[in-house]
Amino acid sequence: MDVSVWRGTAEGAFQTFQVPARDSQTILDVVAWIQQNLDPTLSYRFACRVGMCGSCAMTVNGQPRWTCRTHVKKALKNNKIQIAPLRSLPVIKDLAVDMDPFFDKWVRAEGVFHPSKTRRDKVEALAPQTAARQTADAGIECINCAVCYAACDVVAANPDYLGPAALNRAWTLVNDAKDGGYDKILEAVSDHGGCHNCHSMGNCARFCPNELSPMTSIAGLKRATVKSFFKRKA
Amino acid sequence: MIRPHRSHPLWLAFILHRVSGLILALFLPVHFWVLSLALTDPARLDGYLAWSDLTIVKLAEFGLVFLLAVHMFGGLRLLALELLPWTGRQKTLAAGAVGVSVLVSGGFFLQAI
Repeated sequence: MDVSVWRGTAEGAFQTFQVPARDSQTILDVVAWIQQNLDPTLSYRFACRVGMCGSCAMTVNGQPRWTCRTHVKKALKNNKIQIAPLRSLPVIKDLAVDMDPFFDKWVRAEGVFHPSKTRRDKVEALAPQTAARQTADAGIECINCAVCYAACDVVAANPDYLGPAALNRAWTLVNDAKDGGYDKILEAVSDHGGCHNCHSMGNCARFCPNELSPMTSIAGLKRATVKSFFKRKA
Repeated sequence: MIRPHRSHPLWLAFILHRVSGLILALFLPVHFWVLSLALTDPARLDGYLAWSDLTIVKLAEFGLVFLLAVHMFGGLRLLALELLPWTGRQKTLAAGAVGVSVLVSGGFFLQAI
């Protein structure tokens, strides 16, 4: 099959390679095969190969995907595959992007733990069946792969926008009984580039490899910020 | 050409809402200007109103009502999506109920006129 791979940084071009088709073959296998057999200078990123680490996301035939868990058969079009780096992130080289802006936004969205107890306090008992815990649980399986970030057209249009992953993380903390940063988080996500920039076009939920729905989380943040706005007025 | 990452219903709903909103925003100033002629220049207004007998204008009116309907229900969809903490299934049922009631009441309305 014909595989065209992005070479270069922001400036560059697609280079086409002939790769033998195998019965069971992922996109990451294809990239690794090219690097091991045809061109050792090809740069890309991966670690676990089993869909846990979130390192290997790339744009495959125009769609952002986790390449280690994407079967070639699923993505192949007319016996051709085009592999490019993720959208909306600076390209370091070939298929490897700089993830710094993505993770900086997690911090900007207050997507960090805000401790509310000391080591002398009793450990918070968490009942798994409470509504808040179930809402938090719905969003915590994020692997930070940035597929949603690359899929989002709002991120592409507005580099200031925090993006689906950071806001999803903020929403899980808002619903986490152990986290003491409720007001701080709502302040951060309603600032410029925050949750109200979302147009609910749902690319994030459509492409999340773990089938999370950042769009639903962002809607939750919108509700929470609207509620706190009226509370402060009253 | 819709790019591959955009080929799903929610994105199409988004673009429909955005495009219908833009076209309505272009239409409304003209609409109000023509209405204002009722006060400032009734003869000219009658001239414009005579256009509404043309088939092409009737088709355009259909398009206008379509845009209004699409934009209104798109807006209601967004409000439900973002402000009501419902499950996907509940929202589907609610949207279905609204759709059926619009059909039924629309039928009664058409019978009445």
